[in-house]
Amino acid sequence: MRTLSRAVLALLAFLTLAALAAPPATAQGQGETIHGTLMQSVEDERVAVEGVVIIIVTAEGDEVGSATSGSDGTWEVPLPGPGTYNVRLDVSTLPADVALTDPDRVELPDIQVLAGQSRPVAFGLGEGKVLDTNKLQQAASLFIIGLKLGAIIALSAIGLSLIFSVTGLVNFAHAELVTIGAVVAFAFHALGPHWPLAVAVIPAILVGGALGWGQEKAIWKPLRKRKVNLLTMLVISIGLGFALRFLVLVIFGGAPRAYPDFAGQQAIEIWGVTMVPKHLVTIGIALMLLGAVGLFLQRTQAGTALRAVRDNRDLAESSGIDVQKVIALTWTMGAALAAIGGVFFGLTESVQWDMGFRLLLLMFAAVILGGIGTAYGTMLGAFIVGVAVEMSVLWVPSELKLSVGLLILIIMLIVRPQGLLGTRERIS
Amino acid sequence: MNIVDALNAGLSAAIGPVAIAYAISALGLNLQFGYTGLLNFGHVAFMLMGAYGMAITVENGGSLWLGMLVGILAAVTLGLILGIPTLRLRADYLAITTIAAAEVLRLMVRSSWADPLTGSVFGIQGFAGEFFALNPFTSSEVYDIAFISVTGRRLWIIIAGWILVVLLTLLMARVLRSPWGRLIRAIREDEDAVRSLGKNVFARKLQALTIGGALGAVAGMILAIEQQNVTPDSFRPEITFIIFAIVILGGAGTVWGPLVGAVVFQFLFFFLDTMMRDAQASVGWVNAILSTAGAAQVRFILVGVGLILLLVYRPQGLLGNRREAIVGV
Repeated sequence: MRTLSRAVLALLAFLTLAALAAPPATAQGQGETIHGTLMQSVEDERVAVEGVVIIIVTAEGDEVGSATSGSDGTWEVPLPGPGTYNVRLDVSTLPADVALTDPDRVELPDIQVLAGQSRPVAFGLGEGKVLDTNKLQQAASLFIIGLKLGAIIALSAIGLSLIFSVTGLVNFAHAELVTIGAVVAFAFHALGPHWPLAVAVIPAILVGGALGWGQEKAIWKPLRKRKVNLLTMLVISIGLGFALRFLVLVIFGGAPRAYPDFAGQQAIEIWGVTMVPKHLVTIGIALMLLGAVGLFLQRTQAGTALRAVRDNRDLAESSGIDVQKVIALTWTMGAALAAIGGVFFGLTESVQWDMGFRLLLLMFAAVILGGIGTAYGTMLGAFIVGVAVEMSVLWVPSELKLSVGLLILIIMLIVRPQGLLGTRERIS
Repeated sequence: MNIVDALNAGLSAAIGPVAIAYAISALGLNLQFGYTGLLNFGHVAFMLMGAYGMAITVENGGSLWLGMLVGILAAVTLGLILGIPTLRLRADYLAITTIAAAEVLRLMVRSSWADPLTGSVFGIQGFAGEFFALNPFTSSEVYDIAFISVTGRRLWIIIAGWILVVLLTLLMARVLRSPWGRLIRAIREDEDAVRSLGKNVFARKLQALTIGGALGAVAGMILAIEQQNVTPDSFRPEITFIIFAIVILGGAGTVWGPLVGAVVFQFLFFFLDTMMRDAQASVGWVNAILSTAGAAQVRFILVGVGLILLLVYRPQGLLGNRREAIVGV
């Protein structure tokens, strides 16, 4: 407790910012709580900041509660019990002229709460740039965030869709390729050799690609040879994903972690719309990669072979195409793209053991919306789903934005199950 | 290393209330997956509906028995909502929709938006008094039975629970011997052939999905009653996965598979868990590579790997007949 207060004081002095004035612990009933007061330093005055959302998450990254600061800047979140929690400030709810003095301290990790304790924590708030004030500008910046999410879904899901189109397998373990890509980049970037993220993405791509190729050779090809039915393979892919997900949890731990290079990057403003530069970079690079996938499919011999196998496997085989080679190539490429998607997902949100599984629902929504098995449909579906999910925050609580993805999925299955760009014979 | 402790933990779990709930949940999933061939990967959502339907009813002044009815109806409603758009389509669409729906449902229940109804992350507590009022044993007294000792409270759940499991299993066996049972098995084998006989395949699948879902709801209620507590995070996607593992371990498409699978699974799960924790604490090299939290997670990796090996090398499970196995070659 004392070290915390001292750290807070040091922070205050050093950065000349505001921090908390912890009110006497007001425990609710018997329960443990985390509380604080959000105060902004303006010149020498300290002004309470109202309406800011504080989210408490467990070490595993599960949200346990949130609170909004009151007119006196105070907030308090009751906890399910004693333990270690992370306290996160939802930057998007900060008023226009308030910003974190240290953007890296948007999430305070490992806050220990003892039984019956009401634990105070502090966020340093200073003067920020004027952010969006009207709904239109807010919508515009959410649109950018949505495009960013769409780009990540597209990169991750294209492999899922192409692998389905050449083998008929819906690979539930695809989610773990996303996670492993992000984790490998994290290892090379923040743990081991401290490479810049732009370099650390290379081992992520290599490991991702190798994992795709390896599982095709070690698991899926032998199973196809044994004529194991697709339903069984689907259940096996779920088992594989489950094992890999918990393997990552055991090795990497449960807490979400950010890439140090771009954590808490300041937003910029273009034509009155706030956006984060790393989101723009994500969208730009993703569009280039997706363009390259398109060119590969249309202009190269291997791409043509892939489309031939997708359309009619037997005919392709009898015209001299090495189907097994095409399948191995599809796995390698799809897995590498998923790993890149994972790095961007980790960059713009955080790296966590179940990140891929959380993205999986949106990937499925994108694939089904676009038409399962179609590359361009998946890209289109991904951007629609990404934008719809992020922009839904304008109307629904952000905790429920994922359900928009599910809603799109179900409506599409009722209205047009073959997807926007799909053909009918694939569905029943 | 203390194998006796691990055996004891395994044995205690194998006959415990969670094994009962898993057996009933697996009975439902076995009807859907083992007999009808439906890939329901959101079975935990039905358990959630049952538990919350019951808890919310009691919370708002209803009796526990009314709550159970509401829980079952809630699960049936979920089955209809999920089944109607997806059951006409290919099998994997149902898998995708159910896995997504289960996770979204959990997020909705735990969101602060739903707090007035569900108590968000804190859940709902203390609603099962009416069940424990019927307890013929003294709740706090400890009874010694064979190798293990249980409290009167737990003994009451175990006895009532296993009677229910056996009754439901016998009822299921009866249903599956009926023309309806033969029909759903025929759907699993060749849907088009059944359709060409003029049977309504879609309706039969929807019935199997909702009946299986109702059994899932009963399982959710048992978990809730045992703990006198429902929280959203006890309905994570891992549970669905465990139920699948149980069905396949016991033998998909067999009458006694779910029961045997649940008992064997729970035994192995807790036996391995105790062994892992023990090794983590006392064996040097295990301690060096695993944290305490890590040691508790290793068993989930083993479940995943175990399921893959089972599917590849013994898809009929412990009791199954390879010729009739839904999964496999």
